[in-house]
Amino acid sequence: MPSVLANPVLIRPVLRCAITALTLALPLAGAGAVLKPALVQAAGASDDEAERLARWKEIQKSIFGDKRIEASDSLIKVDAPVRALDASLVPITLTMPEKDQVAGVHLIIDDNPSPYAAHIAFGPGADPGEVKLRVRVNNYTNIHAVVETKDGRLFEATKFVKASGGCSAPMGMSDEEAMKGMGDMKMKFADSQPGQPVETTLMVRHPNFSGMQMNQVTRDYTPARYVNKLAITRGGQSVLTLDGDISIASNPVINFGLRPGGQGPIKVTASDNQNGHWEHSFTVPSATN
Amino acid sequence: MPVDTTRSRSQATRRGALFGGLCLCCLPTLGRSAEGFALNEVGPGIFIRRGSDTEASRENDDAIANIGFIVGERSVMVTESGGSAADGAWLRGEIRRRTDKPISHVVLTHVHPDHCFGAAAFAEDKPVYVGHHALRAALDARGNYYRTRLVEILGADRAGSVVYPTLEVKESTEIDLGGRTLRFTAHGAAHTNCDLSMRDSASGILFPADLLFVTRIPSLDGSLVGWLKEAEVLRAMDAVKAVPGHGPTLVDFAPAMDDLTRYLTTLRDETRRAIAADMPIEKAVRTVGQAERDRWVLFETYNGRNVTQAFKELEWE
Repeated sequence: MPSVLANPVLIRPVLRCAITALTLALPLAGAGAVLKPALVQAAGASDDEAERLARWKEIQKSIFGDKRIEASDSLIKVDAPVRALDASLVPITLTMPEKDQVAGVHLIIDDNPSPYAAHIAFGPGADPGEVKLRVRVNNYTNIHAVVETKDGRLFEATKFVKASGGCSAPMGMSDEEAMKGMGDMKMKFADSQPGQPVETTLMVRHPNFSGMQMNQVTRDYTPARYVNKLAITRGGQSVLTLDGDISIASNPVINFGLRPGGQGPIKVTASDNQNGHWEHSFTVPSATN
Repeated sequence: MPVDTTRSRSQATRRGALFGGLCLCCLPTLGRSAEGFALNEVGPGIFIRRGSDTEASRENDDAIANIGFIVGERSVMVTESGGSAADGAWLRGEIRRRTDKPISHVVLTHVHPDHCFGAAAFAEDKPVYVGHHALRAALDARGNYYRTRLVEILGADRAGSVVYPTLEVKESTEIDLGGRTLRFTAHGAAHTNCDLSMRDSASGILFPADLLFVTRIPSLDGSLVGWLKEAEVLRAMDAVKAVPGHGPTLVDFAPAMDDLTRYLTTLRDETRRAIAADMPIEKAVRTVGQAERDRWVLFETYNGRNVTQAFKELEWE
């Protein structure tokens, strides 16, 4: 089953990415040396506001059609480092203060080769006040978060991030090593007061190969293999579902709030675009006073 | 031995390291090519060029690692190949100015470009390229990417290319240059997953390569827990002097390794505490290791990335 995000309109030719990858201006992931071209700027850096806006309009139309998106600083906020330390692991925080109105949130990294990074649909078991994700950023880009309210309206917020090469950066020393333990999961629960949401972290072992990482010998790209669906339920009730894409960093980690009062164990099912399927259960600790 | 004596600058170098984190020794060579560097004779027949504590740039030909050679009775071993074809070619020229003995071995200490992209400059010598058994796979995964970046900076003709090891060290091996033997150790994942160290029998000097950073902030690309373990393996060798991968060309091994492990231990302990306290990674990169700020050159550039690496490793503990 193709990911719901794998909309062909949104997938920019790898060629463009290959070109932008030649003009990187930031540290390369995991290198002993930070290579910094003296004169070359990231391609995205020279785009002007008008081009960025046009790009966003194009993406917007392909995801949301003609539906109106309103700007908002009260319904959605997106936080990310202005300049990423590691383009293959850029922490993103989405804050949705009017959480009772929130049905879901879309994350779009405009200048990534496949911009539609994630869609999260919250279920009754979630506290959607805040979500954290780790993404790859391939170019200087706007990051858009679009929140969908329960009454079907859309609101957006934007953050500009300077990073490059996150999609094509090799993730480890070998594909084999990167695949080790694929499908393992871990869940952590922060201490919380009774009646308060529980801050929860789900970690999934998965290389999330972007399809843009090249093997030196074969000159082939390691085929894209990424988690395209995460479903988290508690006691049969949905907490959230996440549709993901190659922009999610390897070993995906998501932080989210668990609504208080839920019962039963948490069940997580993950699947990837190559028919990988994994399930794990976790027990939520009782709140401490 | 037909060698020139080059005045040792290691004392000046070490003083430089102490001045507010600024590497004074490198300042005169900034903006100049690799030809501006000199070789220090750090032991009998051992010549090392100090890499600059800077980023790879068009001006420095990625000559940022400590590279050099060891002269035996029969042949010459290149300890590190250089950061680019240009850097490797410079080193080869320096060797040829000093000795006519064949260059029999070129050591590729690990996958990072500042250490192995000079290798192709020695192709005509047909040396044995010595590397860790995991180096080939690491070059497969990373080599093309590094090459692309280097070409952007230096241009295709100066960048260098990927050269694979022809002698893969599984655990340990010895290479005899005549009158001196180099004993190699293939380490577990530490700085990278393919770190190779060696010890010279004639001088007792240890070559830990990037398992030992001095002055320049260590960069973590393998395993933090593993690096601290391999530091013990190196300590157990009881070397008095060492040629670090970065920093002065010769140092007292024990205090230099103490400095390195202090940084790594701080990184490990503070990252573990951050994870235990549910601190998000974006906050951890700003807070972990800050006490080390003034002790290393390029702290600002690398510390946050080291914390990211450490966090990714330790959050699965």
